[in-house]
Amino acid sequence: MEFFVAQILTGLANASSLFLVACGLSLIFGVTRIVNFAHGSLYMLGAYTGYTFMQVLPGAVGFWTAILLAGLTVGLIGMLVEMLVLRPVYRAPELFQLVATFGVILVVQDLTLMIWGPEDLLGPRAPGLRGVYRIMGEPIPKYDIVLLILTPFVALALWYLIARTRVGVLVRAATQDREMVGALGVNQAWLFTGVFALGSALAGLGGALQLPKGGADLLMDFTILAPIFVVVVIGGMGSLPGAYLAAILISVLNVFGVTYLPQSTLVLMYVVMVVVLMIRPYGLLGREEVAGEHGQVGEPETPIKPASGPVRLMVIAGLAVLALVPVFGSTFAQVLLTDIVIFCLFAASLHFLLGLGGLVSFGHAAYYGGGAYIAALMVKHAGSPMEAAFLLAPLGAGLAALAIGWVCLRLTGVYFAMLTLAFAQLIWSLVFQWGEVTGGDDGIVNIWPADWLNGTTIYYYFALALSVGGIIVLRHVAHSPFGYALRAARDSARQAEATGIDTRRVQLVAFGFAGMMGGVAGGLFVFSKGSVFPNELEIVRSFDALIVVFLGGVKTLAGGVAGGAFFKGIEDLLTRFEYWRLVMGLLIIFVVIVAPEGIVGSLRKAASRLGILKTAEQT
Amino acid sequence: MKRKTFLRGLAAAAALVALPLPALAQDTIKIGEINHYKRMAAFAGPYKMGIELAVEEVNAAGGVLGKPLEFIFRDDQGEPGEAVKIAEELMTREGAVMLTGTILSNVGLAISSFAGEKGYVYLASEPLADSLVWAQGNAYTFRLRSSTYMQAAMLAEAAAKTDAVRFATIAPNYAYGKDAVAAFKENLLRLKPEAEFVAEQWPALFKIDAGAEVQALERAKPDAIYNVTFGPDLAKFVRDGTDRGLFEGRNVYGLLSGEPEYLDPLGDEAPEGWTVTGFPWYDLNDGPAGDFVAAYQARYDDYPRLGSIVGYMTVQSIAAALERAGSTETEAIREAFEGLEVASAMGDITFREIDNQSTMGAYVGATALQDGKGVMVDWEYKDGANYLPSDEEVRALRPSQ
Repeated sequence: MEFFVAQILTGLANASSLFLVACGLSLIFGVTRIVNFAHGSLYMLGAYTGYTFMQVLPGAVGFWTAILLAGLTVGLIGMLVEMLVLRPVYRAPELFQLVATFGVILVVQDLTLMIWGPEDLLGPRAPGLRGVYRIMGEPIPKYDIVLLILTPFVALALWYLIARTRVGVLVRAATQDREMVGALGVNQAWLFTGVFALGSALAGLGGALQLPKGGADLLMDFTILAPIFVVVVIGGMGSLPGAYLAAILISVLNVFGVTYLPQSTLVLMYVVMVVVLMIRPYGLLGREEVAGEHGQVGEPETPIKPASGPVRLMVIAGLAVLALVPVFGSTFAQVLLTDIVIFCLFAASLHFLLGLGGLVSFGHAAYYGGGAYIAALMVKHAGSPMEAAFLLAPLGAGLAALAIGWVCLRLTGVYFAMLTLAFAQLIWSLVFQWGEVTGGDDGIVNIWPADWLNGTTIYYYFALALSVGGIIVLRHVAHSPFGYALRAARDSARQAEATGIDTRRVQLVAFGFAGMMGGVAGGLFVFSKGSVFPNELEIVRSFDALIVVFLGGVKTLAGGVAGGAFFKGIEDLLTRFEYWRLVMGLLIIFVVIVAPEGIVGSLRKAASRLGILKTAEQT
Repeated sequence: MKRKTFLRGLAAAAALVALPLPALAQDTIKIGEINHYKRMAAFAGPYKMGIELAVEEVNAAGGVLGKPLEFIFRDDQGEPGEAVKIAEELMTREGAVMLTGTILSNVGLAISSFAGEKGYVYLASEPLADSLVWAQGNAYTFRLRSSTYMQAAMLAEAAAKTDAVRFATIAPNYAYGKDAVAAFKENLLRLKPEAEFVAEQWPALFKIDAGAEVQALERAKPDAIYNVTFGPDLAKFVRDGTDRGLFEGRNVYGLLSGEPEYLDPLGDEAPEGWTVTGFPWYDLNDGPAGDFVAAYQARYDDYPRLGSIVGYMTVQSIAAALERAGSTETEAIREAFEGLEVASAMGDITFREIDNQSTMGAYVGATALQDGKGVMVDWEYKDGANYLPSDEEVRALRPSQ
């Protein structure tokens, strides 16, 4: 009994920081509809600035002032980010802003390294709160008790702000229907800025408050990201009481998981998330998303059309150049181009889902990495020849995508995205922790192609043929009746249903197909590198693909491919420099602001304005 | 139009890589060094400084084979796939004669597999995974640093000397943690068959729930605790464990916990009385290690970490191999590494012919607080050669040989 009480108290204390950070994210999403990937970075900044303030300010008063100041500072930083980076892109396609927040992550990572140095900082102790209280004989750290008492008050204050003040009324109104709020004469820009600053401040507070329990390190931005997404989704996006409930649920479950299932700590959280979303698709206390947007944001999309004659000629010329690379280029050129074309296929497969299907998957790495792992596992455990393993990669990935898609398609919008993320994370944590089969993080090595393919040049041709072939197939499908049905389901599910299209089935097949093409890319990847590690299944890999698809241009057919080629090339250049993440982050933010329709979309617009390209009406 | 952009992107990328390199004077011997300079800056930084110090010394003494030595440093972002790409570039485009580097085991394994396939020599300087030279070992991969197995065996030896019987372990739930616990168990049970393991905790790497882990360990009432957590996890574990009195009256063994990289961030909260492997540079005054510490402090306004001396020894090993090979041909370098003896900063080490592992040892001692900082006292340098399995076992562990 004593043990249980102690465990529950520990869980509640752990929940407090998690709740603060997660409710900031939830608030920001609820009002602005921005999925803020940079929320973990704000949390990290809170920890670092809190640490600095604590070094300067003495005593207990200084300690608590430092925490408040950290919250304020991060709130100000959040305000700046919103005004400088996000405000210019509110009119961009849905979810495009998350690309900008990804740029912010990179910038913050390098700035933090520059300012605070590489070493981990041990958080200062709260003055007067060193040691433990004995509760029913079990030692509980004093600071845990303080956190435990403090959090409900913070939650209460937030509830008061939201439920009882005019600001809160506006925030709630905006959460429900932000266009209506705008129509009623509320200055949306300032409302958004204010909410973003408040959410950031909460993240900063959370970061500073956890200092006495740990410290500040450069990896904490990504470490917190997955748990807070889980909390927000389980609680219901935009719901503060939900976030509180979910934070407690996750923390307490985790504490008991540590005791009774010590090996399962990673998997548990995602299992809970999947289960909750299956039973309550909109989280514990979330509401079903009423179509918040009246139609799509931004200009209507120009219909896609097959490439014109000159463009086709150019593609053929370009392919000829690529085919000749082994003649005039170096070995390394082939290696780099192999990487690039594989990544382009991966990006194109996500683009198919995102651009044509309107299905935003945050977990596409599951099929890319999954394909790679299936091939590697076949070679390692079944001793199958490379050719068979290579065929099974897309098949397995496609089947997995069908199964996961079948579950996820019960949801729409951001909940759908989050559920795909949860499944991807579930697969990642299984691969990571099931060391006997998958090799854990030491991966599977020595997976090389069969002799006839084993050579840089021949493999380059192989990868080129399959990747370009795959991209052409994806394009072809886009112009097929299936592609039309998929776009119809995206643009108006109801009208599509009325014309006899089984939208769910169409979307499911699209999901499976995109997963399969991701699997092809994964299979190509594993045999080009000779090894595979859980990195290929990570959140970061999914984000990579998302970023390039958005930057390339969601609403254009070539967006994924163009974005993939552009950013892989740039990355290879930039990583040669010391502070490349800073430059890369700024570059992403720059592209986001000057080309809110993506590279291809904006170029096309510019071209049609200059008269190089015929405008849509003329075609 | 869309395709045009696609092409432009690809053409630009192609043009980029096809650019002829500026004609570099071919009078240096280049070594390709791949590491996670950004992702693990606190570790890779001192390591790089150690390399640069050694390269300066080697070149001041006339270089190797009459030519200056040059390291090309490249960042792989901690991504195995990226590291493989860079390895190819370093060997085929930059004119490196061999590869070295990495801290993370998975990146080391990726490069090792690639090096074995392509026939490039790779000296794995810092990764600890046992499989690097055993299960996944190949003829072209050599490893400098004492492996997980060796360091765990050193701690098991110390643990066997006490009268503790009930052991609990806590290790991050990934390959390094699992290897470290398995090796500790194997060696402890061999030396002390009556030992029993009463709890095994596996926090997720860098996601430790310290309070819950400490309670779970406390509940098992062990005599001794074997800790493999490190970095931010270690800080949280030590803080919560100290608060809740977990370490009182118990022997604690900490793998790597005595390395300045991990001990120093703990400041005055560093645990006392733990038996750890680490690097007590503050006590190294004479011999080659003392010379290294003095030279390092004279060169930089900083003190050496474990990574610094590993970087330094990496250069020493490579220089020795090149001198022995007498050429920069891959096969000559590979053969030179086999059985290579190096007079290193930690004393004489040998790259064993049987598994390409060097006999670099580790410092084992107890932690203590001095002037508000954690240090190692009563330490001893343990020669790695004495903490490896028998030759028959190694042959069984290394199937490809």
